[in-house]
Amino acid sequence: MTPADFYTVLPLTLLTVWACVLLLVDLFIPKESKGITALLAALGLALTLGFTLSQVGRENLGFNGMVVLDGFSIFVNALLLVSGLLGVALAYGYVKRMGLERGEYYTLMLFSVTGMMLMAQASDLIVVFLALELLSIPLYVLAAFARPNVESEEAGLKYFLLGAFSTGFVVYGIALVFGATGTTSIMGVFASASSDASGLLLTIGAALILVGFGFKVAAVPFHMWTPDVYQGAPSAVTAFMSSGAKIAGFAALLRVFATAFPSIATDMTDILWALAALTMILGNVIAIAQTNIKRLLAYSSIAQAGYILMAFVPYGNPDVAPVSIAAGLFYLVSYALTNFGAWGVVIALEKSEGRGLEISDYAGLAKKHPALAAAMTVFMLSLIGLPPTLGLVGKIYLFRAVIDGGFYGLAIIGVLTSLISAYYYLRVVVTMYMKDGEPETERESFLDLTTGATALLTVALSLVPQFLFAWASSAVLGLF
Amino acid sequence: MNFFLQPLTLLTFFPLVGVLILFFIPSDRKDALRWTALGVSLVTFGISIWVLTMFNASNPDLQLVAQYDWITVAGWNIQYYLGVDGLSILLVLLTTFLTPISILSTWTAVEERVKDFMIFFLLLEVGMTGVFLAQDLFLFYIFWEFTLVPMYFLIGIWGGPRRIYAAIKFFLYTMAGSILMLLAILWLGIYGRTFAVPDLITQGNIPANVQMWLFLAFTAAFAIKVPMWPLHSWLPDAHVEAPTAGSVILAGVLLKMGTYGFLRFNIPLFPEASVQAAPWIALFATIGIIYGAAVSYAQADVKKLVAYSSVSHLGFVMLGLFALNSQGMQGAILQMVNHGLSTGALFLLVGMIYEQTHTREIKVYGGLWKITPIFGTIMLIVSLSSMGLPGLNGFVGEFAILLGAFGSLAIGNAWYAAISALGVIMAAVYILYMFQKMFLGPQGEVVDEVRRHGHGIRDLNWREIAIMVPILVLIFWIGLYPKPFFVLMAPTVDRLVASLSTAVMAMH
Repeated sequence: MTPADFYTVLPLTLLTVWACVLLLVDLFIPKESKGITALLAALGLALTLGFTLSQVGRENLGFNGMVVLDGFSIFVNALLLVSGLLGVALAYGYVKRMGLERGEYYTLMLFSVTGMMLMAQASDLIVVFLALELLSIPLYVLAAFARPNVESEEAGLKYFLLGAFSTGFVVYGIALVFGATGTTSIMGVFASASSDASGLLLTIGAALILVGFGFKVAAVPFHMWTPDVYQGAPSAVTAFMSSGAKIAGFAALLRVFATAFPSIATDMTDILWALAALTMILGNVIAIAQTNIKRLLAYSSIAQAGYILMAFVPYGNPDVAPVSIAAGLFYLVSYALTNFGAWGVVIALEKSEGRGLEISDYAGLAKKHPALAAAMTVFMLSLIGLPPTLGLVGKIYLFRAVIDGGFYGLAIIGVLTSLISAYYYLRVVVTMYMKDGEPETERESFLDLTTGATALLTVALSLVPQFLFAWASSAVLGLF
Repeated sequence: MNFFLQPLTLLTFFPLVGVLILFFIPSDRKDALRWTALGVSLVTFGISIWVLTMFNASNPDLQLVAQYDWITVAGWNIQYYLGVDGLSILLVLLTTFLTPISILSTWTAVEERVKDFMIFFLLLEVGMTGVFLAQDLFLFYIFWEFTLVPMYFLIGIWGGPRRIYAAIKFFLYTMAGSILMLLAILWLGIYGRTFAVPDLITQGNIPANVQMWLFLAFTAAFAIKVPMWPLHSWLPDAHVEAPTAGSVILAGVLLKMGTYGFLRFNIPLFPEASVQAAPWIALFATIGIIYGAAVSYAQADVKKLVAYSSVSHLGFVMLGLFALNSQGMQGAILQMVNHGLSTGALFLLVGMIYEQTHTREIKVYGGLWKITPIFGTIMLIVSLSSMGLPGLNGFVGEFAILLGAFGSLAIGNAWYAAISALGVIMAAVYILYMFQKMFLGPQGEVVDEVRRHGHGIRDLNWREIAIMVPILVLIFWIGLYPKPFFVLMAPTVDRLVASLSTAVMAMH
């Protein structure tokens, strides 16, 4: 192990060590002031973010090509760490209020974030698998964190069973890819696949990996677990996993597909096309029928996964792939910000024993808490893709890539399903602004800060997206 | 700082200053809120007059251009690009003119959540002005979609009993069209490597088969907004449920965004496709004219009557635009302004009486002229203007449109003009029917009804007269001396028509 190897995983190591130490330190923090644990966790995330950002511009391959540091991993890791920070901020008051305040909550989050970061840096399929487990297992526990609440336990168990099942697909896929190419290194797969034309085994292997990750990112038809788990898990956990797990899953898929599997693009494109179309259609259509805000956001996050999947479809076309993958990254940022904000509002209205989670509970919010309602409106507009929000810019970026690749049918499905989504997202706005009611909210400063900051960023970044555009498009350069 | 001092930037974004001030006024200071909004919108109108004084009518090009690179990374080439020319100057003025009038009309009509109302109204003005000034397709799209949001709130919060249904219908209908346009915009942006409309027009040479698809995608957005028959079904709901000020802006400005879109984007960007589509557009426009007029006559609700009359009137505008000759287009642009004035005024007047009687059913009215002579007189003038009586504004526009359509090579069939002329007569029927039922004849039951609850129906007060006078002045001005209005648009329209002539000739 050389210093260069170590430098590749420096932020990752820092966070892992921090999480382990925090686990011990937490023992000495008295029960009634677990807030300190949260602050320490946030501090760890912030320091790691600092280290990650200090690596901008560096490229390095570590541990015999198992782990990579490049623009792509830095971009994704920065986004994951920000998500972690937002996740801690949302949880801070929530776990206290719901009686879930136990120190291991934050440690588990940190471990999960390290798994996600490893995922973004993995350049070997074995490491991908390792990272997948590392990010998932803490999430299974977190989903069941509200025990003995039955729904939360059910969510944890369901997530665990289906997660384990899907991991099986990934492993089997990796095995087949290894069988076809004789290597698990992503670059090695690429080199071997492009020299060898017999691709059936490789195609099946790639498809199985896609299925496994399809579970993680909640793509249709592998989405069944999502609504129940998102609803049953504590809201702060859902906020974190619906953003973080999705970012990591997509990051791994983007890297593996763009780097390892360009040679089988002709076969995969149709599959990805169908997967994206199905996910957008089903997610959006079923969301219409939801009356519970958590389930609504669950289906919404399925639908959003469909839009991100569009970024994969042109991945085999070397002219379009960089734009398309950059668009995917950009959209992940927009999705993460918006999603955290929306869950922040949900948390502000949630009361114990699952009350305050029906959409009808939002009636009259605009009169009583105009700022909160305005923030929620911004998030809803962003999820629909309307100005002046980041969601619009992200969607336009994605659609541009899809049109550039010549997939007009998919683009039309994409915009039409956005139209469907307008209906159910607007229903939340209608309820807040046009119906009368007396909603009760729980406010505390970290929560307000999170929703306020994400709302402001969602609007401001849509007006000056240059920086993010440039970063996203330079981040993908290393992949090609 | 230079950026904000440019006339068009200032004009577009000045209402935001008002929004900012409104934020800091407490919600219960209703009058302060109203006066602030009115003041800001009047200053905006002043800025638009200032723009007009700087506007050189003999120059067909875009003027007072504000052009900056906005997003030029990652393969994007998006500009902040505002400009005004003969196609848009009148519509910009119409927007800034109708906004303060609408705000003034809410003085007593809007009592609840005044602050939110005014904020949304000023935001709406930003969006509308931006739509008419943006010369970059991306920027245009953002303004275009942005207008949806405040209008949605205006209908949904302050509207009538079925307001939520109407607001969502309005939103989804309009968005359905504009997202298809978005795809076409992206295609153009990739193909032309720029989103700037003048550059795209200069580059030209979009393959003919693609042109038709792009034309259709843009048409989807604009035809719904106009609305053209058979895509009009959102309009009666939105108009009837919207608060008066919302209806005025909806009819006065938002519908014009559709017709303006055809004029600014469809025709210059896709000339061949426009020529090919002209007979079809003329057909749908003619059906719309007759259908709108016939359905208007059948309405029992006076606001619905006015709403359907819009379908008919906008049919005329579309017919004039796709005559693709100078007369037709100039007539169409003027008719956009006329319709904004007349129909806006009709909605205002209906709103004024509704505030007192809380009913819009035509049959319960009658004999109003005796009780409210000023109201009756103004209503008569506006009605006559709307049906196109010579000497008033409506006539000038419709006459030019029919002349243009009659001789149009692109439409290629004089029957459309001939049948559309029937629409003018039908307009006289439904408008005069409405006027007669409400203002002449025996006293309607609503008069006693209102008297039983209070003082009885009163005539217009000074505020209401002040709202109407500027509109009346313009109605007479355009009717008697329309030349200054035509002068403003003629050079740009003529150049557009000249650029089309090769395409038209190639077809015939």
